[in-house]
Amino acid sequence: MSATPTRAVIAALIRKDLRRELRTQESLPAMALFSVTTFVLFHFGLDARSLEGDLAAGVFWVTMLFAAVLAINRQFVAEREEGGFDGFLLAPVDRTALFVAKAAVLFGFLVALQVVAVPAFAILLLEPSPGPGLPELAGMLLLADAGIAVVGTLVGALAVQTRAREVIVPLLALPLMIPVVIAAARGTAPLWLEAGAAAVEGRWPLILGLYDLVFGLLAYAVFDYLLDE
Amino acid sequence: MSPALPLDDAGPYVAAAYLVFLALVVIYVAIMAAKLSRISREINELAELAARRDEQREADRETVPR
Amino acid sequence: MTHAKFSRGLVPLSVLSVVLLVGGFAMVFFYAPNEADQGFVQKIFYLHVPLAIVALCGFVAGGIYGIRFLRKGDRTDDLRSYVAIHISLILAIGALITGSIWAKASWGSWWVWDEPTLVSFLIVFLLYACYQPLRFSIEDPERQARYAAVFAIVGGAFVPLNFMAVRAADSLIHPRVLGTTGGAMPGSMRLTFLVCLAGMAALFITLNKYELTSKQATFALRSLRRRLAGDDDWVPVRRSAAPQL
Repeated sequence: MSATPTRAVIAALIRKDLRRELRTQESLPAMALFSVTTFVLFHFGLDARSLEGDLAAGVFWVTMLFAAVLAINRQFVAEREEGGFDGFLLAPVDRTALFVAKAAVLFGFLVALQVVAVPAFAILLLEPSPGPGLPELAGMLLLADAGIAVVGTLVGALAVQTRAREVIVPLLALPLMIPVVIAAARGTAPLWLEAGAAAVEGRWPLILGLYDLVFGLLAYAVFDYLLDE
Repeated sequence: MSPALPLDDAGPYVAAAYLVFLALVVIYVAIMAAKLSRISREINELAELAARRDEQREADRETVPR
Repeated sequence: MTHAKFSRGLVPLSVLSVVLLVGGFAMVFFYAPNEADQGFVQKIFYLHVPLAIVALCGFVAGGIYGIRFLRKGDRTDDLRSYVAIHISLILAIGALITGSIWAKASWGSWWVWDEPTLVSFLIVFLLYACYQPLRFSIEDPERQARYAAVFAIVGGAFVPLNFMAVRAADSLIHPRVLGTTGGAMPGSMRLTFLVCLAGMAALFITLNKYELTSKQATFALRSLRRRLAGDDDWVPVRRSAAPQL
């Protein structure tokens, strides 16, 4: 008997998680609400009619990071509490499929979040329209989201088995994602200048890509060991 | 570049840095010394325990009636 | 029970550490010339940078031992990983404090966010400060070892990446405060630095062996006690963050 091909397993896992999200709606609305609220707070707190450049990018990406932590905290809880881990381990499938599926779902959540958050950000905090720099912005968003998704899933899986999950996730994830924040913020800063979008410096997408590659491969190799025998 | 501090001003800082290093090493030595004394105490206890067990065995052997 | 004898070579190594460090510090104060820009304060460089470099390498070594543990399952590797990270953390505290002192002497404030190496080092330190709490929060010793190894590996990969990212973010407008001379280092300074670096590395290995030997002795004692005292004197093993062999 041949085992189910991994691609089908990943697809099934993704479908399950998306269906769950559609029914319970516990991650995405929280992320979106958190992001918009944070932007509003910054709008009043910074008492700035508009932000630009480095400051804008910093505000945006830190907010994204905290919103991601919200999602990561809930990523594996259902598996842990309702025996999903055991069920998955019993199935004759490649275990790394769980990692790929979870990371893909988190990536999807982040992209969906940004579809809402970027316009909200532009309206609340930016003056110039982000239109001119849109393809570059999209590219940076995707690269950064991939990094956050990979590291976030790894940390989520690690933390869910410990006793202090909600503390450990931010403690581990936030330092690990600082290179993403640095590269994404410095990279997108020129796109949000009042004078009009400038070019993105080449080294930032490069660093993001390197980060995604290294941690992607690492997580792929190491995820197996986080699941019990 | 900030101007270089003259020797009298700079001296304390350099000394402080090297003293911090010395402190770390000495604190580590102290902690290891505490561990060592605990280990030797345990060894003494175990030696006592072993001696008592040997005595017990000697005593048990002698109670066999002839 | 491990068959490796950690104490082997401990004495010659510690002698080597003493020779290198004392010799190195002597060179710092009697041999290396005063630096033109920073003056006498620059002498901290020979202490701070070796501490930082050895600490970072120690973290990476912890990751490498983590990989070995996951692949072979030998608990000794988990112990090595734990000790390497533990001691690197101590050296990292030393690096942060000496860096802070250097910043105070050079810039007048105890911390400079402009200095990329200091900031990236702080981030790494904050990450590894979670290592022991993470271990402690997992009760099952086998799972604790596995998860700690995963953490050590991820952290070990993170160290170079973080260093690169923060370095790249370093704006060229702010001059590097904690660098050496503007141009290349003169030979005498480089030699002094290398001796100090070698001494710090030898110290690291010595402390590692020391710690490993001590742990091994404690474990041997525990099993000896169990054998001698039997069930009467059995003391349940306390929950701990350190690996048990």
